[in-house]
Amino acid sequence: MSDGKRVLLIEDEPNIIEAVRFILSRDGWRVSTHADGADAVDAVRARAPDLVILDVMLPDRSGYDILADLRADESMRELPVLVLTARGQQKDRDLALRLGATEFMVKPFSNQALLEAVRLIAAPSTEAPQ
Amino acid sequence: MADTTGEGARIRALRLETGIAQADLARQAGISPSYLNLIEHGRRPIGGRVLARLAEALGADAAALSRGAEVALIEDMRRAAGRAGDGDAVAPEIGRVEAMAAAYPGWSALIAAQADRIATLERGIATLGDRLSHDPLLSASVHDVLSTVTAIQSTSAILAEDAALPADWRARFHRNLHEDSLRLANSARRLASYLDAGTGPEHDVQTPQDEMEAWLTDRAFHVAELETGASAPEDLAGTLPDGPDRAVLLQHLRDYARDAAQLPLDTLRDVLQRTGALDPFRVAVAADVTVPLAMRRLASAPEDVVGTPLGLAVCDGAGALTLRRPLTGFEIPRFGAGCPLWPLFEALWSPRPVACALIQPGRATRPVQAFAAAERTQPRDPSEPVVLRATMLVLPAEASAHPPDRPRPVGQSCRLCPREGCPARREPSILPGAEE
Repeated sequence: MSDGKRVLLIEDEPNIIEAVRFILSRDGWRVSTHADGADAVDAVRARAPDLVILDVMLPDRSGYDILADLRADESMRELPVLVLTARGQQKDRDLALRLGATEFMVKPFSNQALLEAVRLIAAPSTEAPQ
Repeated sequence: MADTTGEGARIRALRLETGIAQADLARQAGISPSYLNLIEHGRRPIGGRVLARLAEALGADAAALSRGAEVALIEDMRRAAGRAGDGDAVAPEIGRVEAMAAAYPGWSALIAAQADRIATLERGIATLGDRLSHDPLLSASVHDVLSTVTAIQSTSAILAEDAALPADWRARFHRNLHEDSLRLANSARRLASYLDAGTGPEHDVQTPQDEMEAWLTDRAFHVAELETGASAPEDLAGTLPDGPDRAVLLQHLRDYARDAAQLPLDTLRDVLQRTGALDPFRVAVAADVTVPLAMRRLASAPEDVVGTPLGLAVCDGAGALTLRRPLTGFEIPRFGAGCPLWPLFEALWSPRPVACALIQPGRATRPVQAFAAAERTQPRDPSEPVVLRATMLVLPAEASAHPPDRPRPVGQSCRLCPREGCPARREPSILPGAEE
């Protein structure tokens, strides 16, 4: 469970938004959504989520550009970002990870896989043994 | 030094593999064991009847044992080894390729054949990947399909797995599934149409513009409901699924209705009778409308009003064709740009309308008469951009009031135009016999 953590879903497909919102809300997440690429970075700053789910193909702006802008901002450098894309070639995965994606998922994905990925990247990192 | 690479080595390997003693094989082939020993170690040449008898005794093909076949096979295997990438777990022993080909010609041929097949498949994948990367329509179609499948998969899993789903959510997800299934069917149809190699009209519709032109072609570009006001553009466009197809058709039908209001069909009929000529310049003056509007109205009038089939092409300020109605004798490309020599493009920069006869290359082509003119939008304030659009009407030369005089040679598009020495050529033609 998420203990009420906040996730921002940046996605423009209404029915994907509805399904993901339902899945995560049922798991205890507080879900907000944003459908436009152009002001997505502003939306992340304004809502300060614990985790971002970011679609790559958005109206007006690529999710990769948004991810690069997020990582360029000191305050959002460590923010967990799960990148969703319909393009699953290795070069797409490499690009996403190079730009700072915490995790990368290819559409279509199963609800369970999405949930597990979100739980995993939102979990606090384990302290190294002293 | 023993030859471990040629026919002798292969004969020895096959003999050992089949468990035949050297003396027995020699007897079956009608030669002495010592002579066979020399052959096996490459110290005596072999050919003709001896090779045939040894091959028969070994159950092998004599030709496959021949040196020429082996050399070719070795080359194939070297090529296969060269294709082994860094990621392959085991590197082939290049230095032993000849022994391998000699000892196991069947396996070696299989390796070479599979390497060729892999290379062919890799080329195909690279081509498709390149097409996917550089073809925005294909990429968008695939993305659309995958996004819709994602929504369907997530929604159906929720419905299947959550027995305690509240009724209102259940109803909402059912509705979403229905919407997505319709959308998926539409996307899949478009994608199949795009990828299908068929050439019939059902395979031609790919873009919203194609969809609009197919819709208009079914009606010979005449929309009677808009002429009489029996239907609104929104009603007619509503027959297409909501999305880009409907949006593009709706825009065209709104322009059509606006044109029809300025130059009704009855007025056009009267003007044609008065002027006695199929000439958009004269129609424009007589009806007090712009030349482009007169051309669009002529091209959308029933054939019993204008008396002949007409062609029409419209382009935007960037030269992209936004409406295409081909005419026999004047072909308009379905993909890419048209011929830069068309008066349509001349109209974009010419301060006055253009009229000239044209002739396209090809068998038994006949001249056509073309008229072209551009129009600009009127910005409502200084910051609004001015949008340029050109229109070209094409009619059979025999229907024109202007007898064709030295028609201008033009093409359809560079790819399909064999004309040599054309100063406007962008790329070589694919037609046989065309200039390089």
